[in-house]
Amino acid sequence: MEGNLNAIGYGLAAIGPGIGIGIMIGRAVEAMARQPEAAGMVRTNMFIGIAIIEALALLGFVLAFAL
Amino acid sequence: MTAILATEEPWGGNFELPPVGELFNYDPFIEAGIFSINRVVVLTALATLLVMVVFGLALRSPKVVPSRLQSFAETIVEFIREQIVLPIMGTDGLPYMPLLLTLFLFIWFNNLFEVTPFVNFPTTSRMALPGFMAILSWLVFVIVGFVKQGPLSYIKEVAFPPGVPWPIYFLLTPIELVSTFILRPFTLAIRLFANMVAGHILLSIVFLAAHAFVFPKFPGIIVGLLLLPLGPLAVGFEFFIASLQAYIFAILTAVYIAGALNPEH
Repeated sequence: MEGNLNAIGYGLAAIGPGIGIGIMIGRAVEAMARQPEAAGMVRTNMFIGIAIIEALALLGFVLAFAL
Repeated sequence: MTAILATEEPWGGNFELPPVGELFNYDPFIEAGIFSINRVVVLTALATLLVMVVFGLALRSPKVVPSRLQSFAETIVEFIREQIVLPIMGTDGLPYMPLLLTLFLFIWFNNLFEVTPFVNFPTTSRMALPGFMAILSWLVFVIVGFVKQGPLSYIKEVAFPPGVPWPIYFLLTPIELVSTFILRPFTLAIRLFANMVAGHILLSIVFLAAHAFVFPKFPGIIVGLLLLPLGPLAVGFEFFIASLQAYIFAILTAVYIAGALNPEH
C-alpha cells in the first residue's frame, strides 16, 4: 500500500481542534439551553471561537501540502 | 478507503486523482505578462458584476411593500446589521457596516461558485483573493486603532492588557503583539483559503469516485450506487461551509475593528 506521511500528519493535527470544537459547541448549547434569552450573544461568540480553533486544523491541512 | 478501492482492477480501475495543482491552475486565455486573464479572473469579475447587478436591481427604487428581490437584499443587509454589527460593535460600528457588507457579499458570491453547476470552482481557493481581503481588513483595523486611540496608546493597549499581574507581561506582551499584528491577517486568509481548497478537493474526490465505480460492470456498480447520494450531500455541506466562511470572515473583521474602536475592551 502506498501513501503519504503528510496525510497522517494532517490527521494528527485534526485531533486537538476536533476535541476543542466539540467541548466548545457542547458548552455553548448548554448555555443556550439554560438561558435562551442570551442565545444570540452565545451563538455569535461560539462562531468566533470556532473560527479561532478551526484555524489550527486548517494550518495542519495547508502544511500537509506545503511541506 | 473508496479512493483506494477505486484503483483496484475488478472494482473501479479507472480512477486516478489528478495532482492537486491541476485542480486549481488554469491556463490563461489572454497572455499579457503578469496581467494574464484566466478562468479565475473571469469568475472573480463575474462575482463582482453579479453582486452589483443583483443589489443594484433590488435596491434601485425601494418600495414600502418590497418585491421578492428587494426583500432578499434587505434580509442580507439586515442580517449583517443585526447579527454582526450591532451585537459586536454597537451603534459605533454602523459606519463600518458598508465595508463588512461588501466583504461578506463578495466572499459569499465567490464561495458559491464552488457549488454552482458547470462552474464548480471557488475563486477564493486561490490565495490572491483571501490574501488581499485579509490585508484590507488588517489595514482597516490598524488604521482605525491609530486614528481613534492614537498610535502609541493603541499599541500600548494591545501589548499591555490591563488587569494582569506585572510579571506575566514578559510572557504576554510578545504573544499579544505577534498574534494581533502578524497572525491575525495570516489566519484570516488561511482560514478562508484552506476551507475552499478542502471543499474543492472533497467534491472532486466524491464525484470522481462515484464516476469510477458506476461505469465498470459488476462488483463496482454496487459501491457506485451506494456512493451516488454522497454527491448531493457533499454539495449541500459545501453550500453551508461557503456561507459560514463568508459570515466568519465578516464577523472576525468586526471583532478586530471593535477591539480597535474601544479602549476598554
